[in-house]
Amino acid sequence: MTTVRDALRDAMAEEMRRDPDVFLMGEEVAQYQGAYKVSRDLLEEFGARRVIDTPITEHGFAGLGVGAALAGLKPIVEFMTFNFAMQAIDHIINSAAKTLYMSGGQMRCQIVFRGPNGAASRVGAQHSQDYSSWYGQVPGLKVVAPYDAADAKGLLKSAIRDPNPVVFLEHEMLYGMEGEVPDGIDVLTPIGEALVRRSGTDVTLVAHARMVGFTLHAAEELAKEGIEAEVIDLRTLRPLDHATVIESVIKTHRLVTVEEGWGPFGVGAEVAARVVAEAFDALDAPPARVHQEDVPLPYAANLEALSIPSLARIVAAAKAVCYR
Amino acid sequence: MARGAAKVEKVEARSADAASLLGFYRDMLLIRRFEERAGQLYGMGLIGGFCHLYIGQEAIAVGMQAVKKPGDQMITGYREHGHMLAAGIDPKSVMAELTGRAAGVSRGKGGSMHMFSIEKGFYGGHGIVGAQVSLGTGLALANRYRDNGAVAFVYFGDGAANQGQVYESFNMAELWRLPVVYVIENNQYAMGTSVERSSSETHLHRRGASFNIAGAEVDGMDVTAVREAGLAAAEHARSGRGPFILEMKTYRYRGHSMSDPGKYRTRDEIDAVRRTRDPIELLADRLEAGGLAAESALKAVDAEVKAIVADAAEFARTAPEPDPGELYTDVTIGAGA
Repeated sequence: MTTVRDALRDAMAEEMRRDPDVFLMGEEVAQYQGAYKVSRDLLEEFGARRVIDTPITEHGFAGLGVGAALAGLKPIVEFMTFNFAMQAIDHIINSAAKTLYMSGGQMRCQIVFRGPNGAASRVGAQHSQDYSSWYGQVPGLKVVAPYDAADAKGLLKSAIRDPNPVVFLEHEMLYGMEGEVPDGIDVLTPIGEALVRRSGTDVTLVAHARMVGFTLHAAEELAKEGIEAEVIDLRTLRPLDHATVIESVIKTHRLVTVEEGWGPFGVGAEVAARVVAEAFDALDAPPARVHQEDVPLPYAANLEALSIPSLARIVAAAKAVCYR
Repeated sequence: MARGAAKVEKVEARSADAASLLGFYRDMLLIRRFEERAGQLYGMGLIGGFCHLYIGQEAIAVGMQAVKKPGDQMITGYREHGHMLAAGIDPKSVMAELTGRAAGVSRGKGGSMHMFSIEKGFYGGHGIVGAQVSLGTGLALANRYRDNGAVAFVYFGDGAANQGQVYESFNMAELWRLPVVYVIENNQYAMGTSVERSSSETHLHRRGASFNIAGAEVDGMDVTAVREAGLAAAEHARSGRGPFILEMKTYRYRGHSMSDPGKYRTRDEIDAVRRTRDPIELLADRLEAGGLAAESALKAVDAEVKAIVADAAEFARTAPEPDPGELYTDVTIGAGA
C-alpha cells in the first residue's frame, strides 16, 4: 500500500530519472523535503540543480518556470497551495496556456503546475479555495484532479510527459490516504478519461478529487435504502470526459454533481449543461448540484462543516432526483 | 556608459568598423520606414487592435542585436516589431502578422504584440507589462541548467520597471547568478505617465541596487554606445557573474499605441529630440563627417530599405487571411482540450 503523498513523489522521481529535462522548483521543495513532504528525498537523489528551493515569490518563480519551459525544459512548479498560485495565475494562463496558439504553433510549453487545492481543515477562507472551475475554463491548459494513489501517480506521470501546460490539482486531505499502486515506469493513467468507480442503475453521481470518497460513501448509504448509484470519478477536468457521463445518465436517467468548490459557474454547472444538451430525453429529473455553500469558507468547526458538501447533502440530493 | 558601471570590467575598445556602422544605419532605417508604413496601414484599417511603434528607439534593438551570439535568446514586451526586424526576421512575415494573414510569423493568430521565432532566439512578443522579465529570467535559468554559455537579453520599458515581478526576478537572477542582461528601454513615458510621475527612483539602472545587481545608464540614441555597453554587460553575464541592468535613455516619437492622442507632452518636446538626438540622423552624420560612407552609399541604403518595406506592405495587404480551419489548430499539442 502506498500513500497518495508517496505516489506523487514516486511519479516525479521516476520521470526525473527517465528525462534529464524534468526538474522541480517551488517553496521548500528541496532542503525542507516539501511543505507536505511530497518531495521527500528528491534533493538527495537529484541534487540542487534539479530540485530548486525558491524564495516566496509565486508570481516570479511561476514566470521563471514558464520561461524555462519555453526554452525547452520540462519544469514541475510546485505551489505550496493553489491559493498562492493566484499570485501566479497570469503566467499560468497568459504565458503558459496561450503562447502555443498566439505563436501559430511555434512555442511549446511543457510544464506542470502542481500542489494542494481546495479546503484542508480549519485554515480559513484564504487557504481553502477550490480552483477546479477557474482553470477548467481555459483553452490551452489541461487540468487534472486525481482521487486515489494509483491515479495520483499515473496521472502525474502523464502530466509530466504531456507536451502541454498541465494544472495538477492535489488535495491535502488525501495525501495520507493509502491505496494499491501498480508498479512499472510506463504505467500511466491517461489524461482525459473518467473512471466509473461504482456501477449502479438508479442515479449517476459525478465527482472529482476528495469528493469522490464522499460520494462513494454516499452510494453505500443509498444502497441501504435500495438506490444503486453509479459513481463517476472525472479525474481530468480539461478535457472533460463527457462521453462517460452521458453514457451513464442514459442508463440511470438521473444526475447529481458533487464538487468542493462554489456552485456558480462550477464544474457541476458544466457537466449538467452538457448532459441537458446531449441527453435531455434520457433525464427523468432535473440534474442536481452539490457544492460548497456560496460563502468564503468559515473557520468555526461547525460552520466549516456546514459549508463543505457532506455525506448527508449528497444522499439527500440523490434521493431528491430519485423522488424518494 | 556614464555611471554605475562598477562591476563591469573594462573591455577592450571594440569600436565598430565602417561596414558594421553602415549595417546599423541600414537596420535602423529599415525599422523606421517599416514602422512608418505600419502606421499608414493602421490608418487604412489594414492593421487592427493595438499597434505600438518603435520609432525613435531603433538604436537599442540594432545596437544590442550586434551583441548577441548564436544561441543567445531575447524576449520583450509588445513594442516588438523593431526587435524582430533587427533579429533578421523576414519583414514580410512581420508585416503580414500585423495585418492578420496566414503568412504572418504567428500565422495571423498572434498579431502585433505576439510574435516569436525560435530559429532567431526570439521568445516574444508578450502583452502583459512585466511578464517578459520573469519569462526571460526563466530563459536564463534554462541556460544555467544546460550550462550552455548562452545569455538571455530581457527588454522592458520604464513602465514595466514598476511591476513587482521584475523585482522577484531580479532577486532570483542574482541569487542564482543567472546569465541575463536586463535592458530597460526608458522612453520617458509609460503610456501617458512620465517616469517622474510614476517612479520614486527615476534612475532606473539603480533599481537593482538592493539585490546587488549593478547597472549602467546608456545613451540609447547612440547605437555604438548601446553596443559597447551591451558587450560589457553580456560579458559580465556570460562569465558567471550574474545579471546586469542597462538603462537605455531613449524617446518614443509616436504615441504609446495608435490610439494615443499624446496630450501628456508638447509637440516642441518631441521636435527637440528629433532635431538633436535622432539615432539615425546621428549615425548618418557620423558616417559622412568621418568619411566612413559617402552620401551615395547612404542613398543606396535608403532605396534598398524603401523597396523592402514596399514589398512587405504589398505582401501583407494581399496575402490571404488564415483558413477558417485554423481557428481550432494549436490550442494544445496532440488530441484533446
